[in-house]
Amino acid sequence: MDEDIIEFGLYVPPHPHPLLSPEANNGYGRLRAAYDECRKRIEESDADLIIVYSTTWPSIIGHQFQANPNSEWVHVDDDFHYLGSMPYSFTMDAEFAESCVQKAESRGLQARTVNYDAFPIDTGSITALSLLNPDNRLPATIVSSNMYANRSETIVLGKAIRDALTEGGRKAVVVVVSSLSNRMFTEPIDPSEDRIHSQKDDDWNKKILEFFNDGRLEDLSQLSREIHGQIRVQKVVAYKPAWWMAATMGQHNNYTGEVLAYEALHGSGGAVIQLTPATGSVGDKEFDEDDVEYYKGDREVLNKGMLE
Amino acid sequence: MPKGEIVLGALAPHPPHVVYAENPPQNEPISEGGWETLRWGYNRLARKLETLDYDAIVVFTPHWQTYVGTHFLGLPRFSSKSVDPIFPNIFRYNYDLQVDVELSEAMCEKAAEAGLITRMMRNPDFRVDYGTITSCHMLNPKWDKPVITISSNRNTHYYSPEVMIEQALALGKACREAIEESGKRVVLVSSHSLSHRHFVTESPLPEDMSREHIYNHSQYVWDMALIKLFREGKMKEAIDIMPEYTEQTIAETEGGGIIWMMGAMDMPDYPAEIYGYQSVIGTGNCIAAWVPEPDAREIVL
Repeated sequence: MDEDIIEFGLYVPPHPHPLLSPEANNGYGRLRAAYDECRKRIEESDADLIIVYSTTWPSIIGHQFQANPNSEWVHVDDDFHYLGSMPYSFTMDAEFAESCVQKAESRGLQARTVNYDAFPIDTGSITALSLLNPDNRLPATIVSSNMYANRSETIVLGKAIRDALTEGGRKAVVVVVSSLSNRMFTEPIDPSEDRIHSQKDDDWNKKILEFFNDGRLEDLSQLSREIHGQIRVQKVVAYKPAWWMAATMGQHNNYTGEVLAYEALHGSGGAVIQLTPATGSVGDKEFDEDDVEYYKGDREVLNKGMLE
Repeated sequence: MPKGEIVLGALAPHPPHVVYAENPPQNEPISEGGWETLRWGYNRLARKLETLDYDAIVVFTPHWQTYVGTHFLGLPRFSSKSVDPIFPNIFRYNYDLQVDVELSEAMCEKAAEAGLITRMMRNPDFRVDYGTITSCHMLNPKWDKPVITISSNRNTHYYSPEVMIEQALALGKACREAIEESGKRVVLVSSHSLSHRHFVTESPLPEDMSREHIYNHSQYVWDMALIKLFREGKMKEAIDIMPEYTEQTIAETEGGGIIWMMGAMDMPDYPAEIYGYQSVIGTGNCIAAWVPEPDAREIVL
């Protein structure tokens, strides 16, 4: 069933270097080559839609879906502005975005589309869509990452998108834009000397890549809290990409995994990974947290006063 | 050349809702008002600023987030449209602002001499963050003064609140030295809320004030404790409790704005002028000003 709606999934880094300065470091070049390979695979696939979940587009009011049919502007990254500007012109699938909102609401989530001239699409989404779908061959939508959302909300969000894909008879390439370890160097570096920030980050990244390579997406989803504690700078409440990716693509380990590149991006771990729905199963983790179908919101713990 | 000075430092929260509620011609969405306690406080402070003689506004904003050092605007003019990625339904603002590049470069240089990582931002396509725009619009709707925006380095997340405080104070001191050497009279703006837990839903009419209140009572109590210290002129004590305050209220002070400003103003020991406190989508927002010249100081609220 997954194969009916999901062509394959990609996990790609949010930093602009593979787009703006692939020649500055051999590793950036290898990430760029991996992006190029994925672009070809998308072109050769039967996908009719690209869905991007970007960790660099935070939201507060629920979950936002980009729905401007022609989303156009020139973006500049907050940190890496000296690498150059990022002009973009993306074709968004407004109808699908609206369907996602309806499905999200029917599962208890707050959601809305955004369709505004000059809306600031984030660095990660621009990098991914510019390299993976440069001619707008396929329409896309981008999903925000709610800064307060945790596991259940994120999983329900993924399931809502599956609902929309199933109902619409669509076939998508799912793109998660996220670093692995996300600790960057806090000083300027010579790009030619870029490396993963610490041995610990590198060790964890390589362990995660083993899981991806084995197609163990649900196992990674189960490990998200551990990943967040070990190699994520605590900017947000949780490491959510694997939750969203598993819920959207299918919560199991039946994937063919391929790590196309793994390199440092100003110290963070950047990888281009493909997961394709397959038969057979690999993995040894058992699901240890409840699955969730419907988001019920806050439990109003703070309003319940003293414990009885 | 006379020694430059800071004529006023303002805590100026930037929820885009207040600009939306003002209905200025630069902002596309139209509202029926809302958040009057904050807006009237802002209006009052803007009138006071009109009576002061100053050359530039320096803004520290948590919505230009940099991880590789502290960055400064470095071109004489920025003109574009700012659309809030969080609240695009209420903030789509066409701006055209001038930058005091000379002073910006001087502050950047002084901060580098103090051992901080710095960089000038000279990409003409860069969009100025909505925090800068909101605070500046509310304080100076005529936009007739040059602006300098300083990014917020994310030390709190990368290291600890204590490291952030140390660096923000050092940055403030460096900015003060640059201002004094410039001979200019400057207004500082620390652009942020206090407690910063948002509601994750929005009423159909965002300005429906029957729905607006602080996220929870704990946030309110903490905000009031901090504002009490503002009123009493106990800014060293305020900075001392900042790590715990920030942790307890998820406060936007984590970016370092008010700490930078207190460092630049040499830790004021006189009462702040309080212009208002109100929640916006659950967050706590206080408008306050510190005025070094005693004769220009007032009791506002």
